[in-house]
Amino acid sequence: MNIKKILPQLLTLLVVILIFGFFSYNAQVNMENRGITFGYGFLSQESSFDVQFSLIEYDGSHSYFRAYLVGLLNTILVSVIGIIFATIIGVVVGIARLSNNYLINRTAAVYVEFFRNIPLLLQIFFWYFAALRALPLPQDTEPMFGVFFLTIKGFFVPAFVWNNLDVFIYSIIAAIISIIFVRIYAKKKQENEGIQTPVLSISIGLILILPILSFIFGGVDASVEIPVIKQLSQSGYTYEGGIKLPPELISLALALSLYTATFIAECVRAGVQGVSKGQKEAAASIGLTPNQVLKLVVMPQALRIIIPPTTNQYLNLTKNSSLAAAIAYPDLVLVFAGTALMQTGRAIEIVSITMLTYLSLSISISIFMNWYNKKIAIKEK
Amino acid sequence: MFKYLKQLTSLVAMVAVLFTFTTETMAAKKSKTLKNTQKKGFVRCGVSQGLPGFSNADAAGNWTGVDVDVCRAVAAAVLGDANKVKFTPLSAKERFTALTSNEIDILSRNTTWTLSRDADIGLTFVGVNFYDGQGFMVRKNSGISSVNDFKDGVSACTNLGTTTELNMRDFFNSKGIKYEPVTFEKADEVVAAYDAGRCDTYTTDKSGLAAQRIKLSSPDDHIVLPETISKEPLGPVVRQGDSVWEDIVRWSLNTMIEAEEYGVNSANADSMKTSDNPAVKRLVGAEGELGAALGLDNDWSLRIIKQVGNYGESYKRNIADTGILPDRGPNELWTKGGILYVPPAR
Repeated sequence: MNIKKILPQLLTLLVVILIFGFFSYNAQVNMENRGITFGYGFLSQESSFDVQFSLIEYDGSHSYFRAYLVGLLNTILVSVIGIIFATIIGVVVGIARLSNNYLINRTAAVYVEFFRNIPLLLQIFFWYFAALRALPLPQDTEPMFGVFFLTIKGFFVPAFVWNNLDVFIYSIIAAIISIIFVRIYAKKKQENEGIQTPVLSISIGLILILPILSFIFGGVDASVEIPVIKQLSQSGYTYEGGIKLPPELISLALALSLYTATFIAECVRAGVQGVSKGQKEAAASIGLTPNQVLKLVVMPQALRIIIPPTTNQYLNLTKNSSLAAAIAYPDLVLVFAGTALMQTGRAIEIVSITMLTYLSLSISISIFMNWYNKKIAIKEK
Repeated sequence: MFKYLKQLTSLVAMVAVLFTFTTETMAAKKSKTLKNTQKKGFVRCGVSQGLPGFSNADAAGNWTGVDVDVCRAVAAAVLGDANKVKFTPLSAKERFTALTSNEIDILSRNTTWTLSRDADIGLTFVGVNFYDGQGFMVRKNSGISSVNDFKDGVSACTNLGTTTELNMRDFFNSKGIKYEPVTFEKADEVVAAYDAGRCDTYTTDKSGLAAQRIKLSSPDDHIVLPETISKEPLGPVVRQGDSVWEDIVRWSLNTMIEAEEYGVNSANADSMKTSDNPAVKRLVGAEGELGAALGLDNDWSLRIIKQVGNYGESYKRNIADTGILPDRGPNELWTKGGILYVPPAR
């Protein structure tokens, strides 16, 4: 072993440990002086506060740990919605910026420059307060398609009431598994015989037919529960039944995806422009159609440029979702690092848990994206 | 013999000098916060982000309100100048951490005194400067005239991290009403959301409702329901572990209330030095040595009354004259039918 190589690293490690040791010792002494006890026992205590919107069953009689889960799931929900929409908008706008049509590429450019240069918090406030005020009261709203009600109190949509839901889910799982098999078979066939199979149309067929069969033969049955208006007082109304999407969730998801989409659009543009022109010309010269050029030659190479910076944007979006507290969306920061922290006063414990949670979320996204990046990397054959 | 007597007297004198020296500075020595405050030359005070009547900054950055006056009283007592205060606006969420982590020395921010806050998180409440209770505000045209008119599905806007959230749950649960809590970090956002129609009711301390109502687009279209669903004694808070500082803040507040009780105000304080009532004379520093026990000079209470005024003056200036709560309700002296009652300063 080479001491010269290891020694600086050991010293660095020692310094890091000392710094952490100093801070935790300092915190310990200060807390002792002020009579503050340390411990995570509070997590099992009754939380005694309610939350507006929760994916799992929760009320104040549950524990603080359950409140933590509620916040975490809400953070994940808004992040996933945000990531999906940001990706869709980002890809569309990114490609639009490369369009030869002057109007389309200018519109896309204006969108990108406008939304990425305004602070996100301001955009969240805009979508929540300015757009919220423009929405009608529950009693004044015009239903969309007769069943969707967009009001100031939220977006009320019909809910499905299922019979034999499990059979339906099995049918979807079966469809997905058979699609995977079809893909493997199609790939083999192309490698061996050079014949392409229309995988996409077969996949769409499978995912439609199997669930439909479950309706016909599996006894699956779904009825729709439409929201109904309910009077609360002489001037106050709300809707009952169906699913309620709170306006806080909608504004936050909207602001996050519109903002992050601008950065993703730039990543996409950079990726496509990063593929050399010769590749496209070579592909066209061997007789591939423009669609095939994009799908088989340009995109696989562009993706390798697009993925790493887009991962950063996904991470940013997840972390930015913590601005939710400003508009009352009950995410991890509002529920756990907000209300729970206030009620228990356990600042160090709660902030440490919250930090670790965001760290784990970010690392999970990174690991997934790195795996995907490796998968699409050039494989030497 | 005379030789010894001389030695003895000098010894006695020395002991006496030493003794007075120690008694005078013991308080100062024991209180790190007092020493630091005197060294810095200003009192570090945590207040709200803007609650008219309690702590609110005008366009020029001057803070006014009954909570602000508690800090000013402490500055007058400790530093001799009621203006030597540095105000730090804090959200409900930040307030206790700011105090325990030594960023401020007094938290005077419409904070409810509860057992868990007092005992569990390294804080000490020193008294009550406003007796409040949680109430509900609704739109006049809703026809709701009592909390019993609320129905399942009602949405209630309120602030994050307050006792309000807990009271609200207790209240709606006891009535068996399903409700939707919408909690914001800042009061301004609660007002904006309620004003927009996001919520059917806005719930917080009644004084807060009265103060925030002014900020609504048309205040006259809203009413505060008569019921009070909780006890909210609001008062200043200090860090645990500095009992001298705790005493200074407690007695600065008590001085203001007692001054009102004895009819001493900022205008007549000087002339009260010749009063016949010993309690009044003690209050303006003309009798007794009360300041020394706190590590202060004897004019500390006179300065509070002259520079800040008594509790009644502070209430009138900040809450009554601004139209927030003209009626003092429980915040009237015990001699006049209220519940303001402080231990005697003697």
